[in-house]
Amino acid sequence: MAGLLEVGDLSLAFGGIKAIEGVSLSVLESETLAVIGPNGSGKTSLFNCITGIYRPTSGAIAFHGASLLGHTPDEIARAGVARTFQNLRLFHNMTVLDNLMVGRHLHFAKNLAAAALRLRAEEIRHRSRCEEIIEFLNLEPVRKSRAGDCPYGVQKRVELGRALATEPRLLLLDEPVSGLTQEEKEEFGYWVHEIRGRFRITVLFVEHDLRFASRLADRMVALDHGVKIAEGTPAEVQRHPEVVKAYVGN
Amino acid sequence: MDLIESYREDLRFARRPIARVLLALLVAGLVALPWFAPDHLVFLATLVALYSIGVMGQNLLIGYTGQISFAQAAFLAIGAFTFGHLRIWGLPFPLALAGAGALAALVGVLVGFPSLRLKGPYLAIATLGFGVAVYQVFVNFEALSGGRTGLAIAKLKPMFGLSAAHTQYYVYLLLVTAFTLVTYNLVSSYVGRAFVAIRDADLAAEVNGVNLTRYKLLAFAVSSFYTGVHGALYAQVLGHIDPQIFNLLESLTLFVAVVVGGIASIEGSILGALFVIAVPKLLADYRELVPIIYGLGILLVLMFEPLGLYGGWLKTRLYFRNWPFR
Ligand SMILES: Nc1ncnc2c1ncn2[C@@H]1O[C@H](COP(=O)(O)OP(=O)(O)OP(=O)(O)O)[C@@H](O)[C@H]1O
Ligand SMILES: [Mg+2]
Repeated sequence: MAGLLEVGDLSLAFGGIKAIEGVSLSVLESETLAVIGPNGSGKTSLFNCITGIYRPTSGAIAFHGASLLGHTPDEIARAGVARTFQNLRLFHNMTVLDNLMVGRHLHFAKNLAAAALRLRAEEIRHRSRCEEIIEFLNLEPVRKSRAGDCPYGVQKRVELGRALATEPRLLLLDEPVSGLTQEEKEEFGYWVHEIRGRFRITVLFVEHDLRFASRLADRMVALDHGVKIAEGTPAEVQRHPEVVKAYVGN
Repeated sequence: MDLIESYREDLRFARRPIARVLLALLVAGLVALPWFAPDHLVFLATLVALYSIGVMGQNLLIGYTGQISFAQAAFLAIGAFTFGHLRIWGLPFPLALAGAGALAALVGVLVGFPSLRLKGPYLAIATLGFGVAVYQVFVNFEALSGGRTGLAIAKLKPMFGLSAAHTQYYVYLLLVTAFTLVTYNLVSSYVGRAFVAIRDADLAAEVNGVNLTRYKLLAFAVSSFYTGVHGALYAQVLGHIDPQIFNLLESLTLFVAVVVGGIASIEGSILGALFVIAVPKLLADYRELVPIIYGLGILLVLMFEPLGLYGGWLKTRLYFRNWPFR
């Protein structure tokens, strides 16, 4: 069975550095797949290839049967892939609500004349979608706050909300709980779980916290030095000798 | 309150009653200005009105989209000379104005292309080069600039029994009002959000579906349209144009107005226009001080009040709103 996302024999090199080397993996419809691996193992690079930020040296990436290679990040977003960043990239000077509204951008009809004349029926429709997400992620108290003024944990939530606002079919989360307190991690885990249950979105996430990752993931893939060293259930992958070596060796 | 109702409320222009009262007073004062103010003040107000249009345009590009450009004078010149030629060919004022804006917008798109590759200071230098090139073209091609004698531009015909100067003032007041409203609408729409998204985090904008090419070029097109219209309206006021008018200092003037008035603020743009009209006027006997004041203005803003004059006003307002508690 072909997955929602098929990555085939993917390689990426920066000059002499091989960030990814012949990685193949498939993300099945409505599963939650975790990518683990030590620092510099190519996890973020993989996400950057999928979302069109990096151009792989060779290999294939297909989403829902269509190749993503050669497409710009905004086209890939429109195809239904959303992501968050390892180091937050929020629109700092916008309100939390407006950050989410940018997530709605790709659903706008984009009528310039209507925008100039302040015809706002569409705007109101999209705002109600954002309000649903704001409620889901408990962002009500900050909806009108400047995103840059929010605490780190809230900013992480805003970025998740912005990605959800695009109504993706596949959501990529790059270290969603890094830097969060234990309590915040629990909350985040609940949301990621709900995203799958309630919104029926397929999730691919990178995580260093193996406990957190194995609790959420159906399956797990481990990378080391740009190579896939293990794949399987979280328990299998964590017991895999290569994985143990990669983590202990680090 | 019903949710839909509260969105409507949020999206409304001038939401607070006090804002509406102040706005009404401001408009009434501006409409009545020619009755109580001497003619030279009306003339200054006319200049502020037309400069506000250009500054708002530049603010859309520099302040909202974060694309630093120094090609302002080139677009002023393109607007002014297009307007001049179209008027000489017999086109009525509104059409000539639209033509001036449209051609400037078109050239703006071309100038925008480097912005797809260049960022920050590199883009600033590229646009600066373009500005110098356009200046040279107008200086050297007499067919475009009207040569040594420049282009003479017919005055607006007086209307409604008003004097020529007052007619011009009202036409400009109407135009700046229209441009201001459209700007408010644009920046609060998906367009404005895309602009600010590009400025704050271009990569995140892209992965959220904002087409960088389209919106950067749109920002250049819209801002150049505004600046072209500014050039045309300036030509109309001067009655006579030659290429020397549109030199580098004119680019810097618009840039100063954006920064001193307030980055990414419409009210700030208008305050900035007021600043760059008032300073040379107040220093009429010490012209050489004007660039120094501009430079100081930018320095002070960058050091103490990054949001410019408008930011200062916001703080003052907050102070009085919370008074006596702080
Ligand atoms: N833009 C780039 N230019 C040059 N080298 C890069 C670039 N991006 C990544 N690399 C290199 O590719 C390798 C993989 O980096 P990547 O960021 O994908 O690792 P990661 O698994 O996400 O690590 P971490 O857990 O620290 O986030 C590293 O050696 C890194 O230095
Ligand atoms: Mg990473």
